[in-house]
Formats: sequence, C-alpha cells, structure tokens
Amino acid sequence: MDSSGDVTLAGVAKAFGDVVALDGVSLRADVRETVAVVGPSGCGKSTLLELVCGLAAPDRGTVRSPRAALMPQRDGLLPWLSALDNAGLALRVAGRSRAEARAAAHEHFAAFGLVGFERSRPRELSGGMRQRVAFLRTLLAGRPVLCLDEPFGALDALTRGQMQRWLAGALAREPRTVLLVTHDVEEAVLLADRIVLLSPRPGRVVETLEVGLPRPRARTDLAVVELRERALAALGETVEAPRGTAPEGRR
Amino acid sequence: MAAALLVLALLGGWEALVRGGAVDALLLPAPTQIAEALWTDRAILAEDLAVTGWEVVLGLAAAIALGASLGFGMHLFSPVRRALRPLVIGSQAVPVPVIAPLFILVLGFGLAPKVLMVALVCFFPVTINLYDGLRDVDPDARKLLRSLDASRWQRLRLLEAPSALPTTFTGIKVAAAVAVIGAVFAEWAGSDRGLGHTLLIANGQLETARAFAATFLLFALAVALYGFFALLERRVVDWTPRTASQGGP
Repeated sequence: MDSSGDVTLAGVAKAFGDVVALDGVSLRADVRETVAVVGPSGCGKSTLLELVCGLAAPDRGTVRSPRAALMPQRDGLLPWLSALDNAGLALRVAGRSRAEARAAAHEHFAAFGLVGFERSRPRELSGGMRQRVAFLRTLLAGRPVLCLDEPFGALDALTRGQMQRWLAGALAREPRTVLLVTHDVEEAVLLADRIVLLSPRPGRVVETLEVGLPRPRARTDLAVVELRERALAALGETVEAPRGTAPEGRR
Repeated sequence: MAAALLVLALLGGWEALVRGGAVDALLLPAPTQIAEALWTDRAILAEDLAVTGWEVVLGLAAAIALGASLGFGMHLFSPVRRALRPLVIGSQAVPVPVIAPLFILVLGFGLAPKVLMVALVCFFPVTINLYDGLRDVDPDARKLLRSLDASRWQRLRLLEAPSALPTTFTGIKVAAAVAVIGAVFAEWAGSDRGLGHTLLIANGQLETARAFAATFLLFALAVALYGFFALLERRVVDWTPRTASQGGP
C-alpha cells in the first residue's frame, strides 16, 4: 500500500472454497482516472473491490493501491443515524468529534442536493438521495481511491440516469482515482476513462477498452452507442442477465 | 374499541354463566364477585402488589444486567461463548417449581430468592436476543466499517450495539411478560406475603374470588411492565418500521 500512486492488479486470483471468483485478473487505474469494471452478476467484481480495499488478500498475484474507500453495493447506511451522521461516519471512525464530523459533512450538503434532509433517517430518503449520502460518506473518508460497487444498481432507470450525470459532475469537482464496478455497460461508457470487461465466473479479463471520449457524454452520442455495442459484443449475451438480481453470488 | 367490546362481551357471558348456575361460583366466581373481592381486600392486595411488584422489578433489572453481560461477553469472547452457551440454554430446562424451594433453603425467606427466581426466568430471552442481534448485522455496513479501519470497540459502539437494540427490546418485553411467574413460584416455595402467597392461601381456604382478584393483579402487573418497555422502545428505537411514528418514503 503506497499513498500516492495508481491502482495496479497483476495476475490476481481469489477463490472462496471451491468457487473461483477471480482468476488471473490484471488491471490498472492511473491517478484521477475512472476505471469501470463490467461483467455479469457473480463474476467476482465485488471481490475485486474488497481486494483493493484491503478487506481480503489475493490467493495469487499482487494488488497495489493507495488507501481506498469503499461504497458497498447496497449503500450500507446505518438506519439509526441521520443523513448528516451517516455522511460523517468515516470522520467519526477516524476519531473526530460528532460536532466536527457533522460540520465537515454539512459543508457538502448543498452541492449534494441534500439541504433540508440533514436530520432525516435513511428510510425517509429517496433511493437517489441515499446513494448521494453514501457517496459523500465515501468521499469524506479522505482516501485517494474510491471503490464504488454498483452504486446505482438499485435505482430506477430515470433516477439512475440523473445520478450518473450527477456523479460525473461530482468527480469533475473532486477528482479521485475511481474503480467503478457495474453490470451496466452504458453506465461504464458514460463515466469511465477505461473499461475492463470481465467474463462470468471465474472472472477473467476479456478485453480492456479505452473510452477517450470528451465529457460530458450523453447516452445518445454516436460514439457512446458504438462503444457500448462493442463492449456488449465482447461480453456476449451474458451481460443481459436481469438487473438487480442476487448480490454477487459468492460464498 | 374492538378489544374493549370483546372484553365486555366475554365478561358479560362469564357473568351470565355463573349467575345462571351453570358453573359453581366456588370454582369460578363471577367477574362482579372478583371485583368485590378486589375492593373488600384492597388493603391486603395493595400491599401484596407492592411486594410482588418490587420483586419483579428488581428481578427484571437483574435479568437485564445479567443478560447484557452474557450477551456481550458471548459475542466478544469466543471462549466465553463456548463455555457459557450450554449453561445458558440448560438453565431454561430447570423446572422452576423444583428449583424454587432450593433457593429458599439457601437464601432464606427474604427478597433475595424471589429476585433470583425472577432473574432466572427472565435473563434467557434478553441474553439470546441481544446475542443474536449483535451478530445479525448488515454485511455491507460491516464491510464499510472494516474498510474504514474501525477498531473493535468502534464496530461494537457504532454498528453492532445499535443494530442489536430492536431485538434486545423484544427480549426484554418477553421477559417482562413472564417475570411474574418467577415471583409467584418463589413466593409459593416460601413467603408470608405477596400476590403469589395470597393466591396460595386463598386457594386453600376456597376463597376463590380473592384468588382470582390476586391473579387479576398479576395479569395487570405483567401488562403494565410490558407496556412500560414497549413505550421505552418507541422512544429509544425510532428507526424501524415497527416503531416509527411517521410513514416511510
């Protein structure tokens, strides 16, 4: 773990019992680059993020990354905390006082469209707002790398589109190195600088696509559509599995 | 409203049954006779209620303290878990009427054996519900805290203890509802006052109305204790659908 550089995975393998989640995965994310990891459900995408965040060690290969902040698949908000306290959770864990954490979190509430909901509990927030609170919490962890696990997977199509645009804007303001796990190819094309396509379990890298399109991107841009079709073709039919089904089917 | 009507109908039916001579009033006194006994014996019964109520409150407090220590201990230290789990479960297989006289023999006729008996009956639901609640944590939140390098103490304080609160309250409410049973058995085994004692004496003297009056007060005591903890729960645990006063999104 170094504190400045890029994220590098080289020949990483990870199995849980007999289930091989990742089998020889290599990828790289340069500083302030967004890399999307795309693959069907159960291809070990979440496992990959756990390795980068240091929650698990690979069986083979090496993982090199600065300290990373995780945004888990289903937001992971604590139901008994207000939006403000959830957003400031990382600061509380880092030893700051409740007042300090709240003040630091509140500075961002306007930019995150959360003003007026400081005291709301997660169950009183809409899906999009929950994701924004969770993303703010991830940002406030103050780590150079963000690991986002299907951040918009549970949202309806309309909200997902809004949140994708919003995330692109937020990352333009607060650039970080981002690993974005998704099963939505279009989301990857809209947000990422590079797309790593994974095969179904055991997860292997099928292809790496450089996006290199100017931002902001729209789903109707010809280049976006072309790239999406290329990625889908490389993945075969497997990506078209139903959305929002079981969480990564490991363990 | 519906509940009140149902109770009224049941009481009316009961009254008619006894007055009509279908049941011997010595075996089953009519509600009005029980109410009468409640009134005429109010001095004794009030004293009994205070005695038994105090036993139950102290016993519940002891059960919650013991249940909390055991629940946290078993959660945090696996040697404690391995050593205590069979004992905790086994303690519930001990027949209360059999163990109660032993408590009296060892601890005398005072307050101590009653409190201990109530605690023995009540600590199990508290322990198990707390213990399960501490382990039954949202896996995403657990991952999140680990990724933030939270210490063991922080995981317990920020995540596990709050997530265990709703189930712990369930355990405490179950304990509150059954607590009076422990007190009654302990009083039966050796006591000169309390609702259990009066119940036993009244039974022996065929004072069925007074026995039923004492039973009614035990019933009211259990309901009141349950109500107290249900109210406390609503104030403390205000984030679950069960306890939230306002609707969700």
